[in-house]
Amino acid sequence: MNGSFRILFNGSAVPFADIPQVDPVPFLQNILDAIDRGRRVVSYFGIPGAAETTLVCVLADKTEGRLGVTRTVTREDRLPTLALLCPQLQLFEREIAEQCGLTFDDHPWFKPVRFHRPFVPGRDAWNRPADVPLKVGVMDYYQVAGDDVHEVAVGPVHAGIIEPGHFRFQCHGEEVFHLEISLGYQHRGVEAGLPGGPHPRTLQQMETVAGDTTIGHGQAYCMVLEALGGIKVPPRAEVLRGIALELERLANHTGDLGAIAGDVGYLPTASFCGRIRGDFLNMTAVLCGSRFGRGLLTPGGTIFDLTADHRDDLLKRLAAARRDLTDAVELLWSTPSVMGRLEGTGAVSREFAVKLSLVGPAARACGVKRDVRLDYPFGIFRMTHLPVATAFHGDVCARTMIRWQEAQKSMDFIEEQLQHLPAGDHRAKAAPCAGRHLAVALTEGWRGEICHVAITDDEGRFARYKIVDPSFHNWQGLAMALRGEQISDFPLCNKSFNLSYCGFDL
Amino acid sequence: MTDIIIHCAVALLLPPLLLGVIGKTKAAFAGRVGAPYLQPYYDLIKLFQKGSVFSETTTWVFRAGPVVTLAATLFAALLVPLGRHGAPVSFSGDMILFAYLFGLSRFFTTIAALDTGSSFEGMGAAREVTFSCLAEPTLFFALITLARMSKSLTLSTILTSVTPAIWLAAGASMLLLVGALFIILLAENCRIPFDDPNTHLELTMIHEVMVLDHSGPAFGMILYGAALKLFVLGAVFVNVALPVATGNTFADWAIFIIAMLGLAVTIGVVESVMARLRLVRVPQLLVGATILSAFAMILVLR
Repeated sequence: MNGSFRILFNGSAVPFADIPQVDPVPFLQNILDAIDRGRRVVSYFGIPGAAETTLVCVLADKTEGRLGVTRTVTREDRLPTLALLCPQLQLFEREIAEQCGLTFDDHPWFKPVRFHRPFVPGRDAWNRPADVPLKVGVMDYYQVAGDDVHEVAVGPVHAGIIEPGHFRFQCHGEEVFHLEISLGYQHRGVEAGLPGGPHPRTLQQMETVAGDTTIGHGQAYCMVLEALGGIKVPPRAEVLRGIALELERLANHTGDLGAIAGDVGYLPTASFCGRIRGDFLNMTAVLCGSRFGRGLLTPGGTIFDLTADHRDDLLKRLAAARRDLTDAVELLWSTPSVMGRLEGTGAVSREFAVKLSLVGPAARACGVKRDVRLDYPFGIFRMTHLPVATAFHGDVCARTMIRWQEAQKSMDFIEEQLQHLPAGDHRAKAAPCAGRHLAVALTEGWRGEICHVAITDDEGRFARYKIVDPSFHNWQGLAMALRGEQISDFPLCNKSFNLSYCGFDL
Repeated sequence: MTDIIIHCAVALLLPPLLLGVIGKTKAAFAGRVGAPYLQPYYDLIKLFQKGSVFSETTTWVFRAGPVVTLAATLFAALLVPLGRHGAPVSFSGDMILFAYLFGLSRFFTTIAALDTGSSFEGMGAAREVTFSCLAEPTLFFALITLARMSKSLTLSTILTSVTPAIWLAAGASMLLLVGALFIILLAENCRIPFDDPNTHLELTMIHEVMVLDHSGPAFGMILYGAALKLFVLGAVFVNVALPVATGNTFADWAIFIIAMLGLAVTIGVVESVMARLRLVRVPQLLVGATILSAFAMILVLR
């Protein structure tokens, strides 16, 4: 990255004034050039001011393992779009438009993301009247016309016990030409409520940004506060956090493996994995008393320590769960009817995965070696490197296989860390946040890359806090996976991605 | 006379128990206790005590669907011989009526589904008719083969004339028939690997999606009709696959009921050890079944 970017590392803070401010057009050109050179946009957001809008873009450089930040200020309410050249930016631009009221000219997909009012009243990119209530999901959907083409609308009310989302299929018989996904039903105003923070309750809010990714989001938030406060986390706390993060991954991957088996109607694995997921959740409860890891993390370390008894208990439980999980999952690979169902279904090419900037297991299943734990290591992963599992085909089978391989690596990791738990304190003293700084924290949640960016004001309070959930990158991948597929395979493809609705809707 | 009374009693009362046995078998494979054997009966009683909700966009066709379907299946139950006992109603050529009673019930199920105007139900109806028009030839090939062997066109004679001697004489042909009939049994009754009766995912359903809008007693009729269909086609299968006759009426009835419960366990095992097929693979398996039954016929014709 050249001089127009301020370089920083994962989990560090820089003075906001040090970030080079360039004019809008060179700003966009710099982003384009960086993406051309293989960088990825991990966060891109706007800060609406009185008459102007500040845009901040954080890019990640995998080969150097570092991040770069750049910013611009625009007084115009229009900007040229980059989405046509870089599809990975299309959703970021729509989000900026919705939050800050900027219009991106020639954006191919210029629609609201979450159907909420702009941060600054009156600055609406679509000029929607302020007195008419906004209805989520009401917009122009793409349509395919012609003989034998029909439209199938699914949701937001869902037959299963999952979150609400709306899916529009353009079908030709059973074949899907196009899938459009419209979300926003879970929008709670998380980002709008954060400026002025950190509040005493902010950590609890962060743990529930996506309810199944408590540690992933919680740790990202703690890393931001630690970077802003200059706190050094004790090694023992880093290990405990790493164990909790991997337990979260294990519980969710196990649940997914079971759910994928359930969707193809294969009972044994579905039933066993449902129970084994509970075993992993119970192991998290041994750490902190909550099956979902709530209340374990605090800026500066962890609230709970691990006693020797609990450590032995965890090791015993882990060995039992590993045995059960191995038996349950091996059944999948040895059953031809299951493999026949998974192989070749919902494939995403490597090219699309790179273009759309997919993250997490969905990207690794396409052969894209991308893992925050390895690329921009944080916490304990700076000391211990986990091998990254990748697959080639990008289909449901690959995404299933990746989950199992990652689960194995996570179990190895937890076992090793439990046996070599460093001595010392598990909590450092918290410190107030530095003012006029920008901090970036990336973690690898079980769904993939989580990015938190905080910018503080003069008093060290949040002026802007930006959260990017892995689902934000990956929903478009699901839509692409369905192209040319059978509509009856949608539930299976959806399950193999298993994306978050509330993490996207914020 | 006794046989007719037992026939009616068994045909009316036994079907839901088959579903209970299938459920229990699947639960055993999954390591669960499972619902009681009699759960399907409780479900039916519950449904028949409920009120119904009818969409304003539907017409009489929607209400007629479950009634006609159940009536046609009930009549088919009178045509099929159970065990070694002749059916209460039988005449020459009733095998054609038997096959098309299922056609009639399917027609009304699909047209009731189309009547709702829901895109899901339309998809389900399209799948149902596509797959059933591939499944129908198999049933006919099987019936023709058996008719040729028994030199009769009456369903009772066709199915009761299968004896161990025929199995010894035309074993290859009978084996092919049994294979084809089992595939048809699973396909017609929407079991795994063709359809998953327990799924909640509308987009993957075939039969279940067509009845999403039915509620209360109408839905009860559909569930009962589905159980009855499983029973009737299961009876055809058992007659061909297990031609055991002791000569004692009551012993034969006992053998028949045990065989039906054994069939339910077999279906439960199949559902437990294999996954659903991709929808695009379903026609291939159905055509495979047709080829099996066609070969069976060629072997008999020679």
